[in-house]
Amino acid sequence: MVKVAHVQLCSCCGCLVSLADTYEKLLDVLNSIELVYCQTLADAREIPECDIALVEGSVCLDDHHSLEVAEEVRKKAKIVVALGACAATGGVTRYCKGNQMSKPVHSSFSPLTEVIKVDLAIPGCPPSPEAIVSVITAALNGDMEYLQPFAEFAELGSEACGCDVISKVVNKSLCMGCGTCASACPTRAIEMLDGRPNILKELCIKCGACSVQCPRIRFPGLIEKIE
Amino acid sequence: MNPFGAYKKVVSARSTLKEVLKKSQDGGIVSTAFIYGLENNLLDGVVVADNAGEFQAVPKVATTPEEVLEAAGTKYTVCPNISVLKSAVREYGCEKIGVVGTPCQVRAIRKLMKYPVGFRHVPDKIALVIGIFCMENFPYNGLKLIVEEHCGVKMEDVVKMDIGKGKFWVYTRWGETKTVKLKETHPYEQIACHVCTDYTAELADISTGSVGSPDGWSTVFIRTAKGEEIFNKMVEDGYLEVKPIEEVKPGLGLVEKLALQKKEKNAKEIEHRKELGLPVPY
Repeated sequence: MVKVAHVQLCSCCGCLVSLADTYEKLLDVLNSIELVYCQTLADAREIPECDIALVEGSVCLDDHHSLEVAEEVRKKAKIVVALGACAATGGVTRYCKGNQMSKPVHSSFSPLTEVIKVDLAIPGCPPSPEAIVSVITAALNGDMEYLQPFAEFAELGSEACGCDVISKVVNKSLCMGCGTCASACPTRAIEMLDGRPNILKELCIKCGACSVQCPRIRFPGLIEKIE
Repeated sequence: MNPFGAYKKVVSARSTLKEVLKKSQDGGIVSTAFIYGLENNLLDGVVVADNAGEFQAVPKVATTPEEVLEAAGTKYTVCPNISVLKSAVREYGCEKIGVVGTPCQVRAIRKLMKYPVGFRHVPDKIALVIGIFCMENFPYNGLKLIVEEHCGVKMEDVVKMDIGKGKFWVYTRWGETKTVKLKETHPYEQIACHVCTDYTAELADISTGSVGSPDGWSTVFIRTAKGEEIFNKMVEDGYLEVKPIEEVKPGLGLVEKLALQKKEKNAKEIEHRKELGLPVPY
């Protein structure tokens, strides 16, 4: 049995809800893993040694517990997965807008990717249940080819955002105007103008969904196998 | 070099629906498949490129055959179809969605099906992916310039555009036909198209285009089990008439020629970009 832990740092639980939103697939996943730590679903106080740790949320730099938990996860887990935008890029904890001040008085958050070495990162706010299941399943099966884009995203860390789509795709004459980025954006920060994405920076939380989803930044060969 | 990608069979086909043939670009395969799907409960919503006036294209979720008909016909300009895919699920509540797209858009759909990070509960609702043959596309202003400057026709007077026999054709509402050599349209192409090596939408369930078949007919590649099932049903129920591709002119040879042309030319462009240190898509 592969031991999996779900660890929560500074987050809204959205990623956990997304994990639970896999419905019957969650049961399949739970049947093939041993959930050794998950404050919401399992009764365990200490993070035990585990194979995979799914970590959601960013690290509050004003809270030493937060930093200690992050370091502990790295020590205890063989594979650390930054689950969702806050852990991967900082997401809404860094880039919240529209008077959503972080409460109570925390002032500075870092994504997990800036604090410890992370093996895989799943973008999105929250990431889709399908993506979470696919990553867990691929990790269980050792399907490194599938996981490669998530490993690359983990290295990219907090640099991902809507600006990537502009700087890496539109500015490099690669955008053909498919609209995938606009559709993938969870905050509707991307509108298509004359067949090109326009990023509304007031709304972008730099979750990375648009750039990771863009077929012109990365097109893993395995996608070509359709049947 | 494999010109077409994987497929189960290829035929020449035409819609039997008169209202489709009146409005469609060629054989009306896309409109007919979507109308058939909607009428027979195989699809409950389809993503199409609607005509937003003067051949501007805007993506739309169509849920009725009438809406599909309104959107019939090719627009030779960029239309971000995938941008409305999520609304088809969230706002229209569709559970069996048909999508039509250019080869690059079909690739984007396959990517989001395999890596659905920002597409919660969307991939399982994509019921049919139809791809259209595509050599290149024009940004709207480029298209307008070709029509107005090179053909001398006001955009508002155009009723149909077409590409064929090495020319760009414009038909006006006064019954005139204007043409410009395809060579002269190259400067207005979308540059991003020059790194695409997919001509026949190789990852679609069904791909279709006019090339290879006689006027008013379309060449159709059936690629997946899903595509085959719906195509066979359409033929059985009399929505499509079909001819073996070997029996029609100009035939598959022309499709192969153009597909290889695109692959070779754009593979060179990809190499060129690499030499310059520019990123390439795949």
